[in-house]
Amino acid sequence: MLSRVAESMYWMSRYIERAENVARFVDVNLQLILDQPIGMQAQWEPLVATTGDDEEFEERYGEASRESVIKFLAFDTENPNSIISCLRAARENARSVRENISSEMWEQLNDAYLMVTETPEEWALTEPHQFFTDIKAASHLFTGLTDNIMSHSEGWHFCQLGRLIERADKTSRIVDVKYFILLPSVSDVNTPFDDIQWGALLHSASAFEMYRRTHGLISPNNVVAFLLLDREFPRSVLYCLSKAEESLHAISGTPLETFSNSAEQGLGQLRSEFAYAQVDQVLHSGLHEFLDAFQTKLNDVGDDIYKTFFALRPVDGESSQSQSQMQ
Amino acid sequence: MARFDGYNTDGFYDEMFFPDGSARPAVQMLVERIANFPNGELIRRQITAEYALLRMGITFNVYADEQGVEKIFPFDLIPRIIDATEWEWIERGLKQRIQALNLFIDDVYHEQKIIKDGVVPAEVVLSSGRYLEQCIGLDPPRGIWCHITGTDLVRDSDGQIYVLEDNLGCPSGVSYVVENRQLMKRTFPQLFGMSQIEPVEDYPSRLLDMLQYLVSDSVMSPEVALLTPGIYNSAYFEHSFLAQQMGVALVEGRDLVVMDGYVHMRTTKGFERVDVIYRRINDDFLDPKVFNPESLLGVPGLMEVYKSGRIALINAPGTCVADDKVVCAYVPQIIKYYLDEDIIVPNVPTYMCWEDDDRKYVLEHIDELVVKEANQSGGYGMLIGPHATRAEHEDFAERIKANPRNYIAQPTLALSRVPVLIEGHFEGRHVDLRPFILYGEDIYVLPGGLTRVALKKGSLVVNSSQGGGSKDTWVLSGTR
Repeated sequence: MLSRVAESMYWMSRYIERAENVARFVDVNLQLILDQPIGMQAQWEPLVATTGDDEEFEERYGEASRESVIKFLAFDTENPNSIISCLRAARENARSVRENISSEMWEQLNDAYLMVTETPEEWALTEPHQFFTDIKAASHLFTGLTDNIMSHSEGWHFCQLGRLIERADKTSRIVDVKYFILLPSVSDVNTPFDDIQWGALLHSASAFEMYRRTHGLISPNNVVAFLLLDREFPRSVLYCLSKAEESLHAISGTPLETFSNSAEQGLGQLRSEFAYAQVDQVLHSGLHEFLDAFQTKLNDVGDDIYKTFFALRPVDGESSQSQSQMQ
Repeated sequence: MARFDGYNTDGFYDEMFFPDGSARPAVQMLVERIANFPNGELIRRQITAEYALLRMGITFNVYADEQGVEKIFPFDLIPRIIDATEWEWIERGLKQRIQALNLFIDDVYHEQKIIKDGVVPAEVVLSSGRYLEQCIGLDPPRGIWCHITGTDLVRDSDGQIYVLEDNLGCPSGVSYVVENRQLMKRTFPQLFGMSQIEPVEDYPSRLLDMLQYLVSDSVMSPEVALLTPGIYNSAYFEHSFLAQQMGVALVEGRDLVVMDGYVHMRTTKGFERVDVIYRRINDDFLDPKVFNPESLLGVPGLMEVYKSGRIALINAPGTCVADDKVVCAYVPQIIKYYLDEDIIVPNVPTYMCWEDDDRKYVLEHIDELVVKEANQSGGYGMLIGPHATRAEHEDFAERIKANPRNYIAQPTLALSRVPVLIEGHFEGRHVDLRPFILYGEDIYVLPGGLTRVALKKGSLVVNSSQGGGSKDTWVLSGTR
């Protein structure tokens, strides 16, 4: 597979996953606000913080409100991580590899993009739940098509890799931001209000019902354990890392538990760290520090994937060129 | 015939109707069928079809258009129909033409017999901007230069069909032929049941066959790649469509590298050899070491590999010399010279501005003629005399005087028209026809081709970059 094509597949699915995650946690926050006691300040800043674009937001919008946050996260074409920007980037990448994906995948993604560009912002503000549900559904449909129509060969594994790394990153950010906000009130554990907040964190990763089946009552430790360390829940960080590692090894042909490049080494180390972590120890030594270090290492893995598979390798007499499609 | 009530041929040759308003024999069934559609049905289907095009992303990019970038290529539901007898004649004419042009190209890069025998003046060939000295003495695989041609045909008011130009460079539009047909089948399934229409869907497999034919027999499983300038090229959709349908790699210049005397693709597993390149970039940009040194689209060293016979390039570099509009004017003589036959489908009469008598005539009649730059295409660099202003006439007259070799002129043909659905009723619009010809083991002409429609009222410019649209083109099966 061409390096350029592999890179586009990887980013195509990363951007779709990113759009879906933004849609999900904005939606959850909207629901959450409906349950808040009257007089309680709505929590809009944390949403922007989760995407890591809080500085840019503050500079351009100032105060975080329902309107400004939805606008920034969904429709702002100048925000590279807004839903519309993600879908556009996904579509541009798909366009450059159209011959490698099925027509159905392309049409589905094109549809999703057209849907967002044709949606009036006022409608999304009055019917936000429907709008964000549509975005999530579009992403699920695309992922379903990828799984069921595309051969599970190299290209598919690059799609997997992109999606899972993006998901691991986003889940960790949601946990990081929410935990940071809820931490001061940890003494309030088990009050109904707190229960709702922690439930919302689970909802942000579509994890609420699966959590209930596994752990029953909500406790902060179990929520963190479920979202970071669960081995079976497909949005937990450990699950994403394990599956990403499998795809990485399927691409290179190197057996698991060994490595032939820095990406495999880095991802393997990261996965082991999570596989053998214990939630009480993580919380005791500082969740934020733990997640911060994780995000740095995950970024390094992304860089190593780029260097190993995508970078234009120089040949004799040719100077090294490098171009990244990361935007 | 309620639907066509009020439709007027306005004195033009109409592809569907006689001047008295009665339908031509080949389209009678279609016209009856359309007449029986309930009110609003056609518009509904037209809107559905256009939305399908947008959804499928069947779009082209407009260079001059800063913001839109992607547009759908407008599509009109009413097919253009060509009867079997006329098509048989066109097909014979195109095969003859391509065969002769191939011999001509081979000759001008080798012995130049046609020049020595005084049939085509040396200046005409050698002064052409498209004659590439770098290609002298080259022998392309299987002796074929012009593998893919998209010849433009037009019909004048008396019904005569002429060749307007050959497009031997990178003719585009064939993807629309295939997609238009699929769209028509979805939109009007019942029409297909009642007509015998020559299929066009096998074009990609015929193309792949031809591409693989060019590889020497010693290569077991040839690797074919389609070279595109990238997603911002106006024909990018077509490039990806053809690559997808043929199942070959779609590459950009930066994906390719010359190493150890071969062309390779950069893959996730290292370098992989390529044997055939269907290139959709012009000669100038192919190899910065040989042609335009500024080119970022091409592959440094590509021509060296080509000369050694280790890569096939489609079309062969240098082919475009026969695309020069001045050279084109000599095609009747070229056919006579190589094949000893008379031209079957004639050229549009052409005045060559570098000949004194012709130039005098052109300058005196510039308001009646179509003037074209010899090396331009896509509807750029041309003047349509009757539709232009006085200032434009003067501007072109100056340009002709400054560089006569670079201009030709042709009478303004009253291009034939077809009915087009405009805001719920039918209006006549001018059309041309671009059949596609593949030259491999034998010569194949895709039945029909791309019918391009000038959607602007009264306009004669059918190019997609200038507001043209397209129609599905049906060649009815004969008894052959």
